Amino acid sequence: MIQVEHINKTFQVARRNAGFLEAFKSLFNKQYECVKALNDLSFTINDGEMVGYIGPNGAGKSSTIKILSGILTPDSGTCMINGRIPWKDRVAHVQDIGVVFGQRSQLWWDVPVIDSFELLRDIYKIPISKYKDKLEELITLLNLEKIIKTPTRQLSLGQRMRCEIAASLLHNPKILFLDEPTIGLDAVSKIAVRNFILDMNNRHKTTVILTTHDMQDIEALTKRIILIGKGKILLDGSLQDMKKRFVGNKRLILEYSGPDIQLCKGMSLFEAETVCNYVKGTCGSLNKHITIDIDTDKIQVSEAIGILSTQADIKDISISEASIDEVVVKLYKEYEI
Amino acid sequence: MKKYISFFRLRFIYGLQYRAAALAGIATQFTWGMLEILLFKAFYEEGSSEFPMAFSALVSYIWMQQAFLSLFMTWFLENEIFDSIKNGNIAYELCRPIDLYNMWFVRSMANRLSKAVLRSMPILVIAAIIPEPYRLHLPIDFVAGIWFLITLILGYLVVVAFCMLVYISTFFTISPMGVRIVAISVVEFFSGAVIPLPFLPDKIRMGFELLPFASMQNVPLRIYSGDIAGADIYEKAALQLFWLVILVGTGKLLTKKATKKVVVQGG
Repeated sequence: MIQVEHINKTFQVARRNAGFLEAFKSLFNKQYECVKALNDLSFTINDGEMVGYIGPNGAGKSSTIKILSGILTPDSGTCMINGRIPWKDRVAHVQDIGVVFGQRSQLWWDVPVIDSFELLRDIYKIPISKYKDKLEELITLLNLEKIIKTPTRQLSLGQRMRCEIAASLLHNPKILFLDEPTIGLDAVSKIAVRNFILDMNNRHKTTVILTTHDMQDIEALTKRIILIGKGKILLDGSLQDMKKRFVGNKRLILEYSGPDIQLCKGMSLFEAETVCNYVKGTCGSLNKHITIDIDTDKIQVSEAIGILSTQADIKDISISEASIDEVVVKLYKEYEI
Repeated sequence: MKKYISFFRLRFIYGLQYRAAALAGIATQFTWGMLEILLFKAFYEEGSSEFPMAFSALVSYIWMQQAFLSLFMTWFLENEIFDSIKNGNIAYELCRPIDLYNMWFVRSMANRLSKAVLRSMPILVIAAIIPEPYRLHLPIDFVAGIWFLITLILGYLVVVAFCMLVYISTFFTISPMGVRIVAISVVEFFSGAVIPLPFLPDKIRMGFELLPFASMQNVPLRIYSGDIAGADIYEKAALQLFWLVILVGTGKLLTKKATKKVVVQGG
């Protein structure tokens, strides 16, 4: 169980204007600004949960992960993970957690991956038999058979990331922190990584905390999301709730001709345009496109289509749900972050 | 303990694979040693009575210095450690159940030893078969040989402990270059890497010999060449041990302080 209460963290950032003179000035009088990275952060995560931790760049996601993994010490506040304070009891704490920093590497660059794994085995004091079982499991699930004997420097990013994840799981941690694990990966590798994480969570009840900018990751993996912006938690709830709250509506995209459509209650205009279908120089039938958001609390989708079809000659229609990307953009806008 | 051995092993293997670098190192160090000896020879021919070391002792000093260069040269610093602090990869090292100071200490030891293993043998062999007066001699007696080995290890540990301070300073200064350059140039001179300490004026030398820098290559190389003998050996070895304890203690203390306020850079 992870309990975070009222965590604050401030960083000092050196600032100066551009230019030679400014650079020279700052030699003698350096200006620092305090940036509040985390501001009264509190949340609780239960065992076996998968939580998506999202927010724009610089929101404090990585700082939180670093505090939870015992690397950073917060200015104030408490945090208990499985009965331990991470930064006070670092060595005991890290035995229980696995961390993947998507933008960094923990593998030794010039030697085969398996050498790095064996070092980790000794560092974490993993018994040989357990290590063998775990390694076998990871090799099968992540498809590492062929790449494990290759030096890290010769692996592709996707291959390397799979090895990084395996390396973080060798000691069978109860909690797994993933800091942008799919950054820069292609679609195939992303899906492989996602499936693997899901599998780990199912099999071993590993608690997973995932930060990412890839909303598909969130959608595929997590039920609960925590949204953070400017160091504060803005929203903590299930993905479904959030979607409903911010886009409790469907989106209709229509192609039609005839008079302009009049919207009624429960519909709102998202965008509209008129397209000229050119048929050999002559502007033939004028087709109009319109995108309408339907508030499903006020009006049924079928009802809306009924109303619309009486007004114009509908040529094409498609219905979609707002994507989570848009939800997030809306959220950012709403909270002005 | 096993984790440190394992860490040592991997770093050692890691260092062993750079064969071309080792070959280049051997060539450089052999040439450099030869040049230095020739230079001193010219001085000695002018009038050797004034010199504090016998020429054959000096030759042995230089050959051993070149052969074990990587154990003693403070400029053999590990860029990976600086980089990990600078770009934030240290995040990974901090989330291991392992003491950061010990890990880096072991790592530096392995790095230096792997270089020394690759490079020392060829230099020693060649230096032992070239004609007099340039030939490397065996130590005067068996006891001196043993003490050479003991003080060699102590000196090597003092060097590593000193370099640890340079690494740790990066936590406080962000860019390591400044500390690095100052530390290296000071140590080069004070440790007897440029000219052996006996060649310095007596008053300065007596002061220098108390400094931690004199506990690096100065002691084992001079014991080997017979310049330090008898009861002096115990005194010097004790001083080495003293500095080793002080340097390690300071390093551990600073690491503790640094990791409390560590800021992992680069997002």
